[in-house]
Amino acid sequence: MKALVWHGKEDIRYDTVSDPAIEHPRDAIIKVTSCAICGSDLHLFHNLVPAMLPGDIMGHETMGEVVEVGSDAKGSLKKGDRVVIPFTIQCGECDQCRRGNFSVCERTNRKKELGDKAFGHATAGLFGYTHLTGGYPGGQAEYLRVPFADTTHIKVPGGIDDEKLLFLSDILPTGWQAAVQADIQPGDTVAVWGCGPVGQMTIRSAILLGAEQVVAIDHLPERLSMAAAAGAITINFAEESVVDRLNELTGGKGPHKCIDAVGTESHVNFGQPDTVLDRAKQMLMMENDRPHVLREMIFVCRPGGVISIIGVYLGLVDKIPMGQAMNKGLTFRMAQAHVPRWTGDLLRRIEEGQIDPSFVITHKVDLSQGPEMYATFRDKADGCIKVMLQP
Amino acid sequence: MTLTNITGIARSEGDPRIERKGPSSMRGADRLARALGWFSIGLGLTELVAPGRLARALGLEGKEGLIRAYGARELASAMPTLSIDKPIGLAARIGGDALDLATLATALGRDNPKRRNAAIATALVVGITLLDVAAYTGVKAAHRRSPGDDRDYSDRSGFPRGAQASRGLAREDFNIPPDYRAEGTVADALPVLAL
Repeated sequence: MKALVWHGKEDIRYDTVSDPAIEHPRDAIIKVTSCAICGSDLHLFHNLVPAMLPGDIMGHETMGEVVEVGSDAKGSLKKGDRVVIPFTIQCGECDQCRRGNFSVCERTNRKKELGDKAFGHATAGLFGYTHLTGGYPGGQAEYLRVPFADTTHIKVPGGIDDEKLLFLSDILPTGWQAAVQADIQPGDTVAVWGCGPVGQMTIRSAILLGAEQVVAIDHLPERLSMAAAAGAITINFAEESVVDRLNELTGGKGPHKCIDAVGTESHVNFGQPDTVLDRAKQMLMMENDRPHVLREMIFVCRPGGVISIIGVYLGLVDKIPMGQAMNKGLTFRMAQAHVPRWTGDLLRRIEEGQIDPSFVITHKVDLSQGPEMYATFRDKADGCIKVMLQP
Repeated sequence: MTLTNITGIARSEGDPRIERKGPSSMRGADRLARALGWFSIGLGLTELVAPGRLARALGLEGKEGLIRAYGARELASAMPTLSIDKPIGLAARIGGDALDLATLATALGRDNPKRRNAAIATALVVGITLLDVAAYTGVKAAHRRSPGDDRDYSDRSGFPRGAQASRGLAREDFNIPPDYRAEGTVADALPVLAL
């Protein structure tokens, strides 16, 4: 089959690889109909997580049709079923899964020992996202083996385009969880840093959840225009002070809820000197992440407010003002999205026409164009916000 | 040796294997930049480890300290050249090339018995400088945003019922789960305050 394969830093190739096969009775194989490049794929593209091997297949936003089912998965799946595959692999049986904390499932990371060393306790297995999370082949391919398939799928009906359903795999529930874990209440001002695909879904989720003001922060005009389309107030941090504007919008009190949809790769510019220092330290392997957004959120958030972190962080960060956070009594919530916890509800909202996630797709191309689309997406060229790939 | 070698990470037995490699996301300028980055490391280490031999070969005796400093400079510019911030590293390399050429120029005088070696080294540095300039312009051109990239997506609300009508729609049938509640309301707190 064809697949997008990681060969090294900035080197993704459209290779021919052997077909996947059922390895365990709970497995299923799906024929991929659509997949996407996620912002977090760029962290692997940049080799910021030193746990990829040349030959690893990329991708964790995937949907398709079931073509083969292992004996133990037959109760919940059959050939021909149309499914979206969550980026988290969950057993559905462990203590964490029973609590709905699917992204920290205790059983699906097949490289648990490595995960334990890296994180203290291993997190769930993820598709196409390094050997720290199981080293499972990803879904930017023609076929995908789905482990624990009986509990790792979202059945979706026919008659709705892939474009509307694909993002149930990651960015829609991720954006939703970002808003939910901020505990948005009517009357809240919610500031969202980052207007990439997850930021866009977060903005829509915050509006659906009734935030009075949603403020979107970025520096790319096309992303800000997409945020404004949903009713967000926009701040271009290249043109104005984020802190001053947020204070102005909140009568000097700061936003009630601050959401980080940027994560490890904050934009580096000389107007924000900490970002330059972080980049230098990251290059010298003295720091894993560039946490400018975290610092700014802690500084500007209203005392007693909530910091919700959904942008991916990888490891060690420096100069986090915990004194400010502690004295202001901020609440921090963060996690990889517990995808299946939200997808039933979100699928209904798509079916009822409350939200149409296809708005975010700016590039829809054949899988063979994947390698060049990685570069286009990374360079934010050609107005690129979200790439959908079809084998 | 990479970290993946040190930690002994290996792909699982049944995972798909590469049968034929296809086109890559890397462009020609990216590959050239990477080659120049590794060249920087090689040259930098040589200058750091054997400045005396280089000085003698070029007739630059007495400038061993300077050559060692240039070695450190080469290593410093290799870092960004091998990173995703290639233009910074390549610009540093071009600046370094100018310093190298200026230093070599002092060794081209008739009084230097090793001026032939210095002339060869100068020609090599000129060639490398041209490669650095080509890589820099290539990388900048390949990865820049052009003015037309500022698209207007103001017609993409994602709300089929319209942005205004969608505000608060989910509150009709969705309650924040108890494990995600972060703050109580004033009404919740009042009975406590009354005590």
